[in-house]
Amino acid sequence: MSARATFKRTSLICAGLFVALVIVIVLMSLLGSEKLPAQSAVCALLSFGKQSCGLTSDQSAILFDIRLPRILLGAAVGASLAVAGASYQSLLRNPLAEPYLLGISNGAAVGTMVALVFLGANEWSRPLLAFIGALLATLLVYRLAQGRTGASPERLILAGVIVTTFLSSAIVFVTTLMDATRIRSFTFWLLGDLSGTTSKLLWLALFIAIAGTIVLTAHARSLNLLMLGERDAFDLGVEVSRVRLVVFVVASLLVGSSVASSGSVGYVGLVVPHLMRLSLGSDNRITVPAAAICGAIFVVVADTLARTLIAPRELPVGAITALIGAPLFVYLLRRN
Amino acid sequence: MLEARNITVKYGVRRAVADVSLRLAAGEVTAIIGPNGAGKSTLLRTLNAGIRPESGEILLDGQALNSISRRAIAKRIGVVAQEAELRFPTTVFEFILGGRYAWATSSAWGWETARDVEVAQTVLRETELEDFADRLMTELSGGERQRAVLARALATEAGLLLLDEPTANLDLAHQAMILALVRKRCDTRQTSALVITHDINLAAQFSDHVLLMKDGSSIAYGSSREVLTPELLREAFDVNVLVDAHPVSGVPRITPVHRSLV
Repeated sequence: MSARATFKRTSLICAGLFVALVIVIVLMSLLGSEKLPAQSAVCALLSFGKQSCGLTSDQSAILFDIRLPRILLGAAVGASLAVAGASYQSLLRNPLAEPYLLGISNGAAVGTMVALVFLGANEWSRPLLAFIGALLATLLVYRLAQGRTGASPERLILAGVIVTTFLSSAIVFVTTLMDATRIRSFTFWLLGDLSGTTSKLLWLALFIAIAGTIVLTAHARSLNLLMLGERDAFDLGVEVSRVRLVVFVVASLLVGSSVASSGSVGYVGLVVPHLMRLSLGSDNRITVPAAAICGAIFVVVADTLARTLIAPRELPVGAITALIGAPLFVYLLRRN
Repeated sequence: MLEARNITVKYGVRRAVADVSLRLAAGEVTAIIGPNGAGKSTLLRTLNAGIRPESGEILLDGQALNSISRRAIAKRIGVVAQEAELRFPTTVFEFILGGRYAWATSSAWGWETARDVEVAQTVLRETELEDFADRLMTELSGGERQRAVLARALATEAGLLLLDEPTANLDLAHQAMILALVRKRCDTRQTSALVITHDINLAAQFSDHVLLMKDGSSIAYGSSREVLTPELLREAFDVNVLVDAHPVSGVPRITPVHRSLV
């Protein structure tokens, strides 16, 4: 078992992971169908684009206008989903809780699609409706899972399946309202795709990922007690309903902004928090921030695989994360 | 000190607790006994502000309970409830540090202070769990886990302890050990404790006052000699009992006399 989480230990681990994230971002931006001279690219990246370092303007455009935004978006999405997953798991006392499996991503997807079809001109309507969709799906699945004796792990997952399938039919319904030329890019987006976002949505996703991680880390000690049960948490001084509201709203923001910009990337919120607990212990004060950074690394690497494995064609990143996540889910389910 | 006056709690139309009053003074242990479904646990949760009473008032150190914040209540009331199933690995030390939650200050950024760690180590010693500090809660035996739960309640340094069957499922030695710990805390720190138990002899041995409940009502409330009489116990449990003096301590000793055996 790992040592007790303290401020010092947590800071050291997070600083180390952050350095790893920066290295991963730099390395992954060198990979792709267009070969970039490594030394020049690293030099240009580390100067934040101020110096060309011998890159041609085409190479510079590939690096800064195509690859870097996509990588940063991947980092934001990975951090958001991992933090949302870790928080849901603690709050719902269920190691299997995950935004994608609970249907929360689908709720956000329905919101995004409604915005695209009916409010297509307004870019901000997408994350806003995605947030509302995620929040409604969260409340719905929470209600469905509450039995007379509280939510059992299996009951919660079952409620997630019901919400997912219901919302999937809503997605099919909205898809039929779209014109045929957009349907293909749409199905791709639904599976999780980081290629088609705008710079506004990228900045929004980055901002929400960072702010959401900070807010949920600040509630981590309350989440530690909620992990033991709502009654225990209440007895020890946690304002349970307030913390629950904060987690539902902030996690919905995290899921909403990721889905609005990149569709439903599945299993990140399951794989990453699980690995964090395995290696660092269950204390959310370390699990939540570490999950944010490792979630970013996970999705950035998965997306690099998605765009290089069968280059010049691309896979949706959600296909890669599901390939890793689904077997882990089976393992966790069996162990429970 | 906690004082409850004429507490009534309703679940729908059913009165789970009906017009119960009690007073928990510093340094005293009060036991609640009564048959299953008598409203003992409901009363305990009501005294901890977990359930809002239909009528009556509860004063904690002279202040109305419903006017005190959750965190402030948790600093003054430590609870041992029937435990929930653990689904995430937690070490004994982390678990006990949970009792320090209400004492967190914003200047410590939500981290335990040196004092929190010191308090946790003290209660670990008191409950003889030092060797288990780094073990997982799920690896403990029933008796060890129950001690850890009590240790967490002691770590709150609350002046009032509410204990819901803290000795359930424990063997003879561990039952006495848990209650001796509670008794010692009350004697040395002027803590008051309210203990729900099904073991009437244990209640007689460790408590100053006994509250006997049935169907939500208080049948008797007073010293163990006043409450633990054959008449009152028959009224509550519908069982004939023999009451004599404990050969060592002299407190009332209760022996059920089952009809089939007479």
